[in-house]
Amino acid sequence: MSDEQVKLNVGLARMLCGGVIMDVTNKDQARIAEDAGACSVMALEKIPSDIRRDGGVARMSDPKMIMEIKEAVSIPVMAKVRIGHFVEAQILQQLGIDFIDESEVLTPADDTHHIDKWAFRTPFVCGATNLGEALRRISEGAAMIRTKGEAGTGNIIEGVRHIRTIKREMQCISQLDESELFAEAKRLQAPVEQLRAIRTSGKLPVPNFAAGGVATPADAAMLMQLGAESVFVGSGIFRSSDPARFARAIVEATTHFNEPAKLLDVSGDLGAPMPSIAMETLTDHQKLQHRGW
Amino acid sequence: MTVGVLALQGGFALHESVLRQLNVDVRRIRYGSDLEDADGLIIPGGESSTMLKLGTRELWDGIIAFAATRPVWGICAGSILISRHVSNPDQESLGVIDIATRRNAYGAQNDSFIATVEIDLDKKRVLECVFIRAPKIVGIGPNVTVRATCNDDPIMVEENGNIATTFHPELSGSIEVHRYFVAKIETFRSER
Repeated sequence: MSDEQVKLNVGLARMLCGGVIMDVTNKDQARIAEDAGACSVMALEKIPSDIRRDGGVARMSDPKMIMEIKEAVSIPVMAKVRIGHFVEAQILQQLGIDFIDESEVLTPADDTHHIDKWAFRTPFVCGATNLGEALRRISEGAAMIRTKGEAGTGNIIEGVRHIRTIKREMQCISQLDESELFAEAKRLQAPVEQLRAIRTSGKLPVPNFAAGGVATPADAAMLMQLGAESVFVGSGIFRSSDPARFARAIVEATTHFNEPAKLLDVSGDLGAPMPSIAMETLTDHQKLQHRGW
Repeated sequence: MTVGVLALQGGFALHESVLRQLNVDVRRIRYGSDLEDADGLIIPGGESSTMLKLGTRELWDGIIAFAATRPVWGICAGSILISRHVSNPDQESLGVIDIATRRNAYGAQNDSFIATVEIDLDKKRVLECVFIRAPKIVGIGPNVTVRATCNDDPIMVEENGNIATTFHPELSGSIEVHRYFVAKIETFRSER
């Protein structure tokens, strides 16, 4: 991936800012998402809550199904590959997907290495729970970061924790002198040059979106107020009682995230959100956020 | 001078930082009433179909009226929104500038590209042009001036102070096109 390609790929990520990226499992859902105002869709065979329920190995979706979704909508289409599975990524690049999500929601294919994303032309988004993880993914070539949250739970607490953690760790860097910067780079296990750049700019070099556990318009607006630049919604749309209305309301809440009157307006009479899971009932082993290194 | 930036979805934050470098006041536009004290308007890149769904009728009517007397600049998705006609697929648009655009005309993200192009601004300038899932301008009215082409396709056009670019000057690190737009706004303002 050349410098030009970085500009193009981070550029596409920037064009997705202020929007909602929705998980869809077929072309009808993709059209509902697009009609509701999604800025992109994530094509996958099972939404996270079903992956969680069914267990087993979750892999890249059938390329035929991804193509059907790609042909059904005019907005960019993303799809997921397993962490470290560079061949699944080669297949999606060949298919002409707009963004590849190297995702903890699927079962990891490699317990040590993430994909060398510099080897690809297609942009990647990767999950992160803290700044060190985000910077490692960026140094591997990710063009977009999304905080992981805890996918498929309808519980926003982990997403909030992750975005607050990244924000706090960046604020901390802005206070460090040069020698402290080296110690902090060691602690975060991230390149010191990237820390130095954050100290100057106050932000990540790529957009930082939020994901995992968004179930309501208020959840989406909360992540935006905490500094997310866009929101991924997985099970929150198509496991709710009225997907089209939830989709539309979450899109409106993401754009007008700082307008309580508008948030009140879109939050009412939506029906039931997705079934949710309390974090205490999940063992560490069941938490998807721990996948990735 | 105050320049509005449509902030429904997309790359609006990048334009705000370029405009600040040019020492103009910036205002985020989400409703028609936000346009009142703006002297010009940027409609940024992003997803045109998303923006269409998020804007109210009052906003779109406001922008159409605004564009009759003050400059509007649409970038990529913004150029689609201000077109007279949109295809691939057909989509509503504002008709602020007499062009027809075709969405995603180059293909998906793997077909996005960067080209170095000579652009006819206040004088001719050679600029890096970043095209991301870009539209093509496929039809042009009689009063539209073409300011730049790339492989024979118009990529920057202007009519009555309203501008459409299918590339993203805000991603190239150059502020020349923004400077040109701000000067255009200044001209319109002094004539009002």
